[in-house]
Amino acid sequence: MEATKELLYKMADDALIIGHRNSEWTGIGPMLEEDLAFSSMAQDKIGHAFALYNILHTAFGEADPDTLAFKRSEKDFRSAQFLELPIGEYDFSLIRHFLFDHAEHLRYDSLAQSTFQPLAQLAKKVKGEIKYHVMHADTFLKQLGKGSEESHARLQSAINYSWPYALGVFEPGAHEAELISTGTFIGEEALKDLWLARVTPIIEAAGFSVPATTQEQVVYGGRKGFHSEHLASLLAEMTEVTNIDIDAEW
Amino acid sequence: MYGNAYISPEDAKRMNESTDDAENLEIFEARITRGEKIEPGDWMPAEYRKQLIRMIEQHAHSEIVGALPEGTWITRAPNFRRKLALIAKVQDEIGHGQLLYSAAETLGKTREQMLADLISGKSKYSNVFNYPALTWADVAVIGFLVDGAAIVNQVINQKGSYGPYCRALERICYEESFHLKQGHDNFVYLATGSPKQRAMLQEAVNRWYRPLLHFFGPSDRDSQHSEKLMKWKIKLASNDDMRNQFLDQYIPKIWELGLTLPDPELKRNDNGIWEFGDPDWAEFKRVISGDGPCNAERLEVRRYAEEAGRWVRTALMNKDERYVVPLA
Repeated sequence: MEATKELLYKMADDALIIGHRNSEWTGIGPMLEEDLAFSSMAQDKIGHAFALYNILHTAFGEADPDTLAFKRSEKDFRSAQFLELPIGEYDFSLIRHFLFDHAEHLRYDSLAQSTFQPLAQLAKKVKGEIKYHVMHADTFLKQLGKGSEESHARLQSAINYSWPYALGVFEPGAHEAELISTGTFIGEEALKDLWLARVTPIIEAAGFSVPATTQEQVVYGGRKGFHSEHLASLLAEMTEVTNIDIDAEW
Repeated sequence: MYGNAYISPEDAKRMNESTDDAENLEIFEARITRGEKIEPGDWMPAEYRKQLIRMIEQHAHSEIVGALPEGTWITRAPNFRRKLALIAKVQDEIGHGQLLYSAAETLGKTREQMLADLISGKSKYSNVFNYPALTWADVAVIGFLVDGAAIVNQVINQKGSYGPYCRALERICYEESFHLKQGHDNFVYLATGSPKQRAMLQEAVNRWYRPLLHFFGPSDRDSQHSEKLMKWKIKLASNDDMRNQFLDQYIPKIWELGLTLPDPELKRNDNGIWEFGDPDWAEFKRVISGDGPCNAERLEVRRYAEEAGRWVRTALMNKDERYVVPLA
């Protein structure tokens, strides 16, 4: 039970935080079509967060989704640090979207076979949505990879910067063995292998290279409640209105 | 969402002086009188084209600039329901901008040129977006009352003469009716909520009252709109008529919720005409000329988006033999 809760919390928090970040592109994208795309993806992600918190609420008696998202302290969040980073410029946001959404796609794809039914059912629906996120990322990676000298250089730099953070998404939790043995989830290590096999050829086909990274460089911590300096300010912003009158209905 | 097209007095004067092929003009005007739509390839007077570009372009700019004051509240919306509604709503506004730029492009001006004119200050957008959304309650006021005002205007414009614009407006109005629902819901929640929530909303209503009176443009007595714009069905109702329709629809709803408006002279006469105190048209002119509380900030955000995103657009325009088809 603790194992499944841990899995749900980190997935929900990841979705909420990246949804928050992607929503920041509304109004300032490099073209209107990208404002629309990032906004759509943000809506999906925030919806996924809601659905996952809702499983925690209904299946495990945790607080309701609004309380879990808007009234929890920073140290209780289990999001990966990668997703907390500010949106930066479009190059970073695109690469984060590419690297993370492939991980999400594979995660939900595997969870569609989970023995934990509520999650399996949700995963079947969500993987169909993330398919389009991944298509969007792949298309832009491919086009910008071969677009101009500048676009190529910017994206390669963003890949180099993001890689250790992206590997941090697969930080193992305390209950990996139990999740695997009960057939709830394939485990982070197996997911990481699937992800490497998926993204590496796409990156290389687009004309980029995968940076060499040592295990020490991988940015872990988020899954244990150790966050980047950005999460506290993100949560302060997210809860600014709720905190004006914490007991009111908004 | 959108206010009313701002027409400079000089343009109105020039329009009345313009000369066009008399025979074509007669056929063109007869088609409009019969209620036919004018399509992109059809003959049209140069002034018709020019005024339509101006109007659709202003409308498009209003959509994307209008996304900014509300957009900053997406990350701060107080719960899942409000967050998802607001982000979808603001996304719709950007989508409306995209749709309208395409409609304007059918008249021969590119989106790039329109955006360049927005940033340089040459093109206008609805004045109402030069005011800040200071609190979450401002989001409720914008969603309910500014969108409500925009719908009055857009529903009327839908009956205009230019096909692509009317069709864009049809879809826009459909989506706007949902925006109004979410704005109304948010507004009612605050109005019937805790003392703090009510106080927030009252303050926001006070702040937005004057910009809302300005929304439909100067009084008919002082506005230079030409008969020709009406005859060509570019403009379909006068500023005062639209303003009155808006006040008639929305002021009672505000009062019903126990809120007040900062205007002791505001009242409805027996003939259905609303009276209001001096809305300070000098302020309207000052703000539309660039000296409002947020003009510089709004344009700065657009300039940032254009400049920071230039490398992406440039790279995408690059033709490369190795590139075949997108994966999607």
